[in-house]
Amino acid sequence: MPIIQANNVSIRYITGDFKDIGLKEYILRHIKGQYQVKEFWATRGITFSLERGDMLGIIGSNGAGKSTLLKAISGIMVPTKGEIQVHGSVAALLELTSGFDNDLTVKENTYLRGALMGYTRKFMDDKYDEIIAFAELKDFQDRLFKQLSSGMKSRLAFSIACLVRPDILILDEVLAVGDGAFRKKSGEKMQEILKSGVTGLLVSHSIDQVTELCNKILWLDKGKQIRFGDDVHGICSEYQEHLGFKRAKKRVLRINRF
Amino acid sequence: MFEELVKRDFKKKYKRTVLGMGWSILSPLLHLLVMKVVFTQYFGRDMPHYTTYLFAGNIVFSYFRETTTGSMTALTSNAKIFTKINVPKYLFLFSKNVSSLINFAITFMVFLLFTALDGVPFTPKFILLIYPIFCLILFNLGIGLVLSALNVFFRDTHYLYDIFVLLLMYMSAIFYRVDALSPTVQRFFLLNPVYCVIQYVRLIVLEGAIPSPAYHLLLLGYAMASLLIGGLIYKKKNHEFLYYV
Repeated sequence: MPIIQANNVSIRYITGDFKDIGLKEYILRHIKGQYQVKEFWATRGITFSLERGDMLGIIGSNGAGKSTLLKAISGIMVPTKGEIQVHGSVAALLELTSGFDNDLTVKENTYLRGALMGYTRKFMDDKYDEIIAFAELKDFQDRLFKQLSSGMKSRLAFSIACLVRPDILILDEVLAVGDGAFRKKSGEKMQEILKSGVTGLLVSHSIDQVTELCNKILWLDKGKQIRFGDDVHGICSEYQEHLGFKRAKKRVLRINRF
Repeated sequence: MFEELVKRDFKKKYKRTVLGMGWSILSPLLHLLVMKVVFTQYFGRDMPHYTTYLFAGNIVFSYFRETTTGSMTALTSNAKIFTKINVPKYLFLFSKNVSSLINFAITFMVFLLFTALDGVPFTPKFILLIYPIFCLILFNLGIGLVLSALNVFFRDTHYLYDIFVLLLMYMSAIFYRVDALSPTVQRFFLLNPVYCVIQYVRLIVLEGAIPSPAYHLLLLGYAMASLLIGGLIYKKKNHEFLYYV
């Protein structure tokens, strides 16, 4: 039985200038007949399935719908069309540092984040020292979160996320965190977690990382599914060729202009 | 998770200030003082225990106002969390409600103290005060659900609601009596749920009378209706909030 099954998943965003308008403006525009909502399909007809222990690499240029797809899998968004079946607990690491509270201390934030991810206080008590040690923030425990440097913030976020042992782990470009030494450490930690048999989804712009870690590839472009399969090297080189082609085309255009 | 959220809201509210919790006692007391000085001449001259009368209206209304205005931003201020982590969104709202309920509990103790100082006798009937407070908690929760959802879609909810609350305050008979008005007008006051709660508290505390069963049902009805509407909005819009924040 596949652990994640996505059937023809399409997600629609509604955009337009209706955001941040007030109730008064809303009513006025309705009266004038100027109220418009635009649609934007972030992903269209994505179909794939993952077995237990699979590691899926999602590649594609910016705005391809990668993050949106991850949000749908983690349950934050609901697909407009199609369906996603997920069997097991999901830990999603999306844009790590957001969601911390600037006015709380490092310690309080750690507990809050742990709680939001669904862990009990007792579990956090057990793990707290480990987290702080891994993040190398022992001397900063009682500092307010806003006093930390951005590197420290991401280190803390990553360390909290690392102690999770979910069935499904979603990583949105989180492996590029902190300085060189920490990056190495976090990379090793990730490898260790992945070897323990979780099913993973990884979004990355680093093709080397994807070919190294993943056994399946999903290539998205402008919301459409270009390729899905386990021919990692094949799809990746095709993707790179595509990128190279785009770059070459740009260059040709530039030359033509002269 | 819920516990941690409540702690966060509470800590943020007092921001580790020196006055801290003391402020939540001082603030309604100052409010009371101002009202007493201003209104005693006009409304309280021939009324015994005017301080208690005033205080009862004041704390109930303040609780209503603080909870609902606090609830309003429950979704918008936590947008960064629920767009990144899959959490039940109503929890943010519940935690706000709990922290303002704790606040209310403190002011309520002060209220009881003042009642004693004002020479109002305590009776076993006071235990019934739990009922209107319970209804008000549910009512606030429902209104909070509605407002927090509205605030996601319309960012000027705050201003409109401020005006509404001000109007509601004048219609809640906090510093004046309704006895002098005609019975028809008095019946109109029953349309205001906050007034109903205030009146219940006053009846018990000042007159030692228990309101009719119909009155009990009315309070419960308001609470349930507000919860139902709020719950339905959340159920329907739960996955749409994301697009607007």
